[in-house]
Amino acid sequence: MSKGIAVGNKKANLFPFSSWMVVFVLVPIALVVYYALTDVDGFTLSNLRWIVTYGGTLWLSVKLAFIATVICLLLAYPIAYSMSRAGARVQRNATLFIMLPMWMNFLVRTYAWMTLLEDNGLINSALRAVFGMEFPGLHLINNHGAIVLGMVYNYLPYMILPIYTSLTKIGGSLIEAARDLGANGGQVLGRVILPMSVPGIISGITMVFIPSISTFIISKILGGGKDFLIGDLIEDYFLGNSGVVNYNIGAALSLVIMVMILAATFIMNHFDKDAQTSGGGVI
Amino acid sequence: MENKSCLIDLRNISVSFDGVQILENLNLSIKDGEFITFLGPSGCGKTTTLRVIAGFLQPDGGEVLFENKNMNGVPPHKRQVNTIFQRYALFPHLTVAENIAFGLKVKKTPKAEIARKVQEMLSLVNLKGFDHRMIDSLSGGQQQRVAIARALAVDPKVLLLDEPLGALDLKLRKDMQVELKKIQQSLGITFIYVTHDQEEALSMSDTIVVMDGGKIQQIGSPTDIYNEPVNAFVADFIGESNIVDGVMKADNVVEFSGHVFDCLDKGFGRDEAVDVVVRPEDVDVVPAARGMLTGVVTGVTFKGVHYEIIVDIGGFLWMIQSTEIEHVGDRIGLVIEPDAIHIMKKSEYSGTFGDFSSFSEEFDELSDVNAGLDREDHDDE
Repeated sequence: MSKGIAVGNKKANLFPFSSWMVVFVLVPIALVVYYALTDVDGFTLSNLRWIVTYGGTLWLSVKLAFIATVICLLLAYPIAYSMSRAGARVQRNATLFIMLPMWMNFLVRTYAWMTLLEDNGLINSALRAVFGMEFPGLHLINNHGAIVLGMVYNYLPYMILPIYTSLTKIGGSLIEAARDLGANGGQVLGRVILPMSVPGIISGITMVFIPSISTFIISKILGGGKDFLIGDLIEDYFLGNSGVVNYNIGAALSLVIMVMILAATFIMNHFDKDAQTSGGGVI
Repeated sequence: MENKSCLIDLRNISVSFDGVQILENLNLSIKDGEFITFLGPSGCGKTTTLRVIAGFLQPDGGEVLFENKNMNGVPPHKRQVNTIFQRYALFPHLTVAENIAFGLKVKKTPKAEIARKVQEMLSLVNLKGFDHRMIDSLSGGQQQRVAIARALAVDPKVLLLDEPLGALDLKLRKDMQVELKKIQQSLGITFIYVTHDQEEALSMSDTIVVMDGGKIQQIGSPTDIYNEPVNAFVADFIGESNIVDGVMKADNVVEFSGHVFDCLDKGFGRDEAVDVVVRPEDVDVVPAARGMLTGVVTGVTFKGVHYEIIVDIGGFLWMIQSTEIEHVGDRIGLVIEPDAIHIMKKSEYSGTFGDFSSFSEEFDELSDVNAGLDREDHDDE
């Protein structure tokens, strides 16, 4: 098959991609499914029942991830919009500044928030310096708010960039055409800009919600380990932090989350009519 | 000038970007119901003039009047003017019907009225049954029609068209020219059309405004512009022209290329230097002995309907169009009848265009077999 590398043989051309997919995607997923549906005695569905036991944790994870995603969207849209309407130089610099924190390690960034928010952290120290040592200080860390803050801070760029990209694709002449046809500023936003940026919004939501719902670092560092999220539970079952190592339960919880995310993504892409053609959606 | 039918008045309009003057003291009256075309090369200010009328651009100086009301500062959506954009600017997230309905929806028109109007527009532009198609499933010509329907749905008094046919291929462009003219006549509204294509301008317009360098060079009907160009720029831009230096000997007598010709022009000073325009199709080719002028053929190009023949007459290269072939190196004679000669006053453009004796770039193009192709490319920019 000397001509295998030429355009003729599609299977051969796909070899690098398909081998990557098999080794790093299909095999790991198969392993997760295998562990989730077995225990020492063989096939069982009992592992999946644990998701009911941990229903409260799952609900908290969904709630915090949802709040963080909404806050990210509300912050990101105006930022992305003003960026997309700025001059080329401003756009380049703004993109750079949004990416800049991402060049630093995720853990370092999250620990930095800890030193800011702690009871004896920078913010409270600064407040005491202003209001005197008897100032009781604000309790800023080890609560849900701190976890959401950590999620928003870490994942905001993933919301801004896809929205920004979809907004830059809306040509100035489309906006002029809308104004020309009698649309005022609000109507231009509601009838042209917003609907046309839906692919970017969906990408952004996916890229913020998925890492938020499965995070375990942010909740550990900024939640004080008090509020377990589903990611913390899974980590514990695999590493045995609380004394029990059980791959089967860990894998079962992972599988449930994966199916939920898949379903959510599927539903969201349904709102994005042209995800197939524009390639705006993630999945 | 101040008659009742005058719809739009541009008075002393000036526009500059970054210190570069784009429009300079432009004055123009546009009559109600006319098809008027701004014609000129790229950068002449024609699109800028259109944007000033549409309200996308505020002039630095001067006034825009609609029915004698000052429109300065009035935003685009409050003007009874709609625009067809160069690349149509259709909304890709909406269907054909939703695109056409856009302007009516933002004006809170009742649903039944919108539905009726959409159908009316679809049949006007021959797109019946396309209601639910998405924009990106349409061809360029169909998108063009949707853009026209969308703009006309809101009943504008004036439709502005910014090189609307530029993206279509030649055959479709010709069909759309006819169709646009038909639509304009059936609706009786004013069309303001911008193009760099002189043929398009000649075949569609009631009035042509020839522009260059941010200034109006000439306003007139297509026949006036073609037959009586005011200066060398207009003569060169509209159609092909031989533009030679001449001297008026008396009324109806002009001398150029070493020969004295009868002509139909008068009112010039005695021995006044003038520019003489002779259209290539108005020159008759005869045997050298019978010619008023004689010259040697230096190039022949087959153009379909005719041959384009370049003739060297005393160092000045003329372009002649003839249905009969001549051969390079042959000596031929030319006869020019009085009505084929048009005399223009000297202007800033004298010597710039059609002065083939200086072996200008234009000439190099004309004598090149591929020149036609090259010119098309330049036009598209």
